[in-house]
This record gives sequence, C-alpha cells and structure tokens, in this order.
Amino acid sequence: MREIYLDNSATTRAYDEVREIVGQVMTGDYGNPSSLHLKGVEAEKYIKKSLEVISRALKCEDKEIFFTSGGTESDNLAIIGGAFASKRKGNHLITTKIEHPAVLNAMGFLETCGFEVTYLPVNREGIVTPEDVRNALREDTILVSTMHVNNEIGSVFPVEEIGTMLKKEAPRVLYHVDGVQAFGRYTLYPGRCGIDLYAFSGHKIHGPKGTGVLYVRDGVRLTPMIYGGGQQKGIRPGTENVPGIAGIGKAVELTVKHQKETFEKLREIKEHFTRELLKIDGVVINGPTGDKGAPHILNAGFSGVRAEVLLHSLEEDGIYVSSGSACASNHPGISETLKGIGVSDEYITSSIRFSFSEFTTMDEISETLESIKRLLPMLRKFRRF
Amino acid sequence: MFQAFLIKYGEIAIKGKNRHLFEDALVRQIRNALKAVEGEFKTYKTFGRIFVEGLSDFDSEEVIEALQKVFGIVGICPMRKVTEKNYDALKAEVLKYMDEVYPDKHRTFKVRCRRVDKGFPVDSMTMNCDLGDAILTAYPDFKVDVKNPEILLEVEVREEIYIYSDTIPGPGGMPVGVSGKAMLLLSGGIDSPVAGWMTAKRGVQVEAVYFHAPPYTSERAKQKVVDLAKKVAAYAGPIRLHVVNFTDIQLAIYEKCPHDELTIIMRRYMMRIAEHFAKADNAQALITGESIGQVASQTMYSLACTDDVCTMPVFRPLIAMDKIDIIEISEKIDTYETSILPFEDCCTIFVAKHPVTKPKVSVIRKSENRLNEVIDELMAKAIETTDILEVRADS
Repeated sequence: MREIYLDNSATTRAYDEVREIVGQVMTGDYGNPSSLHLKGVEAEKYIKKSLEVISRALKCEDKEIFFTSGGTESDNLAIIGGAFASKRKGNHLITTKIEHPAVLNAMGFLETCGFEVTYLPVNREGIVTPEDVRNALREDTILVSTMHVNNEIGSVFPVEEIGTMLKKEAPRVLYHVDGVQAFGRYTLYPGRCGIDLYAFSGHKIHGPKGTGVLYVRDGVRLTPMIYGGGQQKGIRPGTENVPGIAGIGKAVELTVKHQKETFEKLREIKEHFTRELLKIDGVVINGPTGDKGAPHILNAGFSGVRAEVLLHSLEEDGIYVSSGSACASNHPGISETLKGIGVSDEYITSSIRFSFSEFTTMDEISETLESIKRLLPMLRKFRRF
Repeated sequence: MFQAFLIKYGEIAIKGKNRHLFEDALVRQIRNALKAVEGEFKTYKTFGRIFVEGLSDFDSEEVIEALQKVFGIVGICPMRKVTEKNYDALKAEVLKYMDEVYPDKHRTFKVRCRRVDKGFPVDSMTMNCDLGDAILTAYPDFKVDVKNPEILLEVEVREEIYIYSDTIPGPGGMPVGVSGKAMLLLSGGIDSPVAGWMTAKRGVQVEAVYFHAPPYTSERAKQKVVDLAKKVAAYAGPIRLHVVNFTDIQLAIYEKCPHDELTIIMRRYMMRIAEHFAKADNAQALITGESIGQVASQTMYSLACTDDVCTMPVFRPLIAMDKIDIIEISEKIDTYETSILPFEDCCTIFVAKHPVTKPKVSVIRKSENRLNEVIDELMAKAIETTDILEVRADS
C-alpha cells in the first residue's frame, strides 16, 4: 500500500546517509572515544566531525555543544540543570502554557523542589511577546524557557527579540529555547541574540532517535543530572553514543544544506494545502498562516468529525497524520495550545495536525486532499451523540 | 536446590471412573506449560500422584511460576532427590535439607515416610523414628510435634528417594480441555478477560471473538485485545481469536434503528456472530463478561434481549460480582494494566446518552426488522472477512 507520511513533527524518516554512517560506526569504527588506542581515536573523529558541523550551524564553539539522548533530555538538562546551578541567585522561573511536556514536566519537578514557576498564556497567534516576558520578570527570576516553534500549530516565537530584551534588561536570567520543531527550518545563532541554552533533537531532522543536542553558551553553569566518567566535561557523562552522534551530525549537515530549498518548498505545500482545505465546508485552520507560521506544520479543524476517527480513516488510505488534541470526553488533556489560541469547542476535538518534511511532495498533498474530500461526508453522517 | 515437583490436585481426584481422563489432561497441560520453561522435564502420573522431574538444570522459581498457571493443580511441592538410594545417603540428605531450608531451628516438626518401593530395607515407621532422632541429635533446637507440626517433612521412597516439606498453592480448578469448549466475547475492557479466565479455570477450552470497528476503533485497540488474549492464554492455553470487522453492521444499526436501542441491538448481532463461530468450531456455549446492572445493556431486561437471539447457553461467570472484585481478579491474572489503556472499543463509540434500560424483546425485534434489507449481506460479509489469529502466551 502507498504510504503518505504527514506526521513529521512526531518523527521523520532518517536520511539514507544517516543509516549508513550509523551502521559504519556500529560495526566498523566501534571504538570507545576514551580509549587511548587507534580504535578510540577513529571513533573520536566522528564526534569531532559532528561537533564541527553543529557548531558551524549555530555559529558557536565546539565546547558549547553537548550531546544528549534527545529533545527531552536536552530540555531537562537546560531547565533543571540551569535552575539548580542558579539556585543562589533566585527562585523564580518563567515559561509558557503551551510548551512541550519535556519543559512543562521539568518545571513541575522544580516546583516540587521549591522553585516558583510562572506559566504565561499565549496570545491569539499562539506566542508570547518580549513584553509578556518582561512583565513577568521578578527580582528573583533565574530562568526563562520558551519554545521556538510550537509543535501543534506551528506558531513561531520571537525568540531573538526575547533573548535580546533579556540580555539588556535582566542579564542574570538564563534564557533556554526549545528548538526541537524549529531547528533545520530557521537559522538561529543563539550566542548572538541572548539565548543561553538551545535544545534540538536528531529524529525530527531525519537523524536517529535517541539523539539530541544542547547548546550551552560558554560561561553558563549547569548542574549535571547524571554522574559518571567525566565525558563531555562532566555535564553529561557516560560513554558517548558515537553512532548516534555521527548520525545527528550527518542529519544536521544535510538538513542545513537543504534548508533554504526545503523551506520554500514546504511553504508552497502549506499554502496550497491551506487554500484547498479552506474550500471545503466546515474546515478551519488553527494557528498562524502565511509567513507567520512555520512552513512544516498545519493544523486544521474539521467540524462534525472526531479527530481520531478521521485519523484512522486516513490511515486506512495509507495517510499518517496526528490528532491535534486528545479527543474523547473521558480523557482529559484538551490541548492547551488550541484552547490558548481560542479554538472553539466545536473544533477542539476535531483537529488534525499535518506536518511535512523535505520528503513530502505536492502529489502526496493532492492525494491527501482527495481522501479528505471523499471521507468527510461519510464520517459526518455518523456523529456521536 | 530442587530436582522434582510433586503435583497435588484436589477436585479431579474424586471424579470416579473418569479420573484417568482428568489426570491425563492435567499431565498434558503441565507438559504444555513447561514447554516455555528452560530445561528438560519428565511429567508422569503414578499411584494417584503426578510428578514433574527435571532431567536437566532448571530454575525452580520459573517452574513454579509456570505450574501456578495450570488449572487443576492445588499444590506444588518442590522436592529434593537423594543422590544415592541407600539409607545412609537419605539420612545425610535429610539433615542437610533441614539445615538449608530452615535456618531458624526453633520450630516443631514431624517426619512422614512413605515406602512405595517395598524392596527398600527400612520400613516407614522405623524411618520416621530414626530420621526424627537424627534431626534432633544434629539440631537440638528443633522439637517434635506429631499432632500439629510447623514443618511436615515428607520422605517418599520410590525408584528414587525424594524429600519435601513445603506446598505452594496452585490455581485450583480443573485442567483445561476436560469440560469442552466455549466462545468468549472478548473486548478491551476489564470484565471479559476475567470471565474467560474463570471459565477456563473450570476446565473449559476458550476461543474468543473480538469486534473491531475501524476507523472508529484503532489498530491499537485491536492490539490491546490481542495482548489481553495472550495474558488469558497463559492460563487457558492457545486461544483462537476471531477478529470481526463490525463497522458496517454498526453503521447500519445507527442509520436505521432507534438510537436508544443501539447498544442492545448491537449486542444481539455480536451474539449471533459469536454463535456462528462457536458452532463452526464445535464449541458448546458462549461466555460474556456481563454482570447485572453494570451498564444499561446489562440490566436483566437487556440480558434477556440478548439471550433472545442465542440458541446456545450463555455463561456469565461475573453475573453477581461487584466491579471491585472483578478488578481484583484482573490484577491477579495481570490483565488489569492492559485493560485500562485508553483505547476505545466498539461498544463505546456510538453510545446513546440515555440508552433503554428496560428493553422489551418484542420492541427490539421490531426495530431490528428495519435492517431486513441489508443485514444478511452485512452479516455474511462480516463473517467472511473475519481474521482468525492463533494467540499463544509466548507469541
């Protein structure tokens, strides 16, 4: 059966080049980079190469890059590690209501440790502004954490402006940005705009799962969360995941190389898809459209259809998407993001997220539109009470 | 530490002339259960007892765990084999056993020998006294109590000599296969796996039917049911699971019948399909997880309406149980955690806000008539497209 994969914000298919390099490291250059012999030196070369590629992409230094097990660990290390290291300076953190659970639950943990957290609501465009952040600042604020691109609706936060504002008005405050959905789409040089910590994940950019990066600006102190043999300056010890590091390095290299071209292509895809969807009765777009939103995420509401049912119907057609929010009345967890931008109840359980990657083609979008047009009338006939 | 196991069985020992059938079934089930355990075993019956003997190295705990899932077993006694068949060796092994198994010696005991091999030079009474004396001499902290001992040390002299003192409870019930076959209506909920387990415990071989309703129920909901069948299969043996595509029938009912009767009519078609497969596989009854009054479709009136379409007996082992007791069993048999995963099954997708609680058979039959034009074809198609999976505990 055909496969149209439109769930690239959940995960992506790896590049063939990534698979090759990961395999090469696992069975060929499998040494431990800490070993003194040649095998170790060969393994270390892969790490150096990845550091070089990533530091070039972020315009930072090699020593500012730390490899982790993924976006979740990067966010946790930045927030928990940052808060603990700054404990003496204050007790207050700021984030937003629509962050990924990797951020929200890390904040929740800090609350149990005695920290205070302010959760900013987002505006109708699904973002917070530098003013919102400024207004929430207190004498004892030690860390601000926001996402760069929202994973559900693709809203793009003004992280450079927020960072610049913070560096000017509250230089003691650490600023962490969760870039998991943004890296590879938007060029960002964290060190140049007041961002102290920046997290991204390998598998969202066609790299291996279980790999992530945390950028830590030189001079920023973090309390490690695990303890071991002193690798990565003791901030994130443990024998380096060399295959994974080689893989994420390769993924960054290719994603960045294709970035401009991909961005244009995805924007066209999203615009076309949006235009065609809006021609259908009872379809709305949730979140920013046009230049305001990220080009790879499109959230649409379909009145009179439960998101899960549409999802599984599309699945039967070989089309893989994600539901915008948890659905059935007996499960809590209505999307804070959709609620936050004022999506009405009618659409909140009827929203689907389509997310694209550089592998997505215009033909796939046309086929998806056909399926939707065919399925909607049928599904709307059978409504839940 | 142990080399063999004595299997105690209760109920099946009183089954008169059929006794050997029950015992053979139990031996068969034990052999089956031990297939999943690493090691080689010999299972055999002799003089009203069943023995499991290890022919290679094995992990006692793994064996006991497997045996505790074989219905019909009341108790499992881990036994130690005396390496040489002579009296001195036996005495030495008894002392070693008492020392190793009971580090705290401030307890009462009694020795009970059974000399099955009459060629052994010492008789049972002599052994009882003699071994008791040896234990007391070696470990003076032990005390003898012949009426109510804390430790009953049993010695069996057969082709080999075995020592044991501990009985680990088995699940009880009767060996699967001795009581015929029945078809379980299995959903992803808490109740039906428990109903299947309870019926299997009475020696019934269980098959199952699950009603899948894509796209209203997901692939995960189906996987959940397969996982539940797997857990039940750990006790009941392999389960033939019929996955019926029920969507079209459900939609037809939704389109044509009164909405407050949806669930009850749907249940009737489920029963019909289940009975079809039951007959096809020579099963003699249906099993459901219903209990009186738990939901609208489980009032006595509703149950009467569902039974109206069945020609086979419908077993409802949970009929008089409270939810909390059902949950307790589901936790014991390890289905609970799977059952509470939040995937919808077809019973919950089109549920009326106020379903009928006192449906009349005559009214329901009349409502069903509205399906006359389409239902035969839809039923035939559902049966024809049913997927049959062989679910094993280790698959």
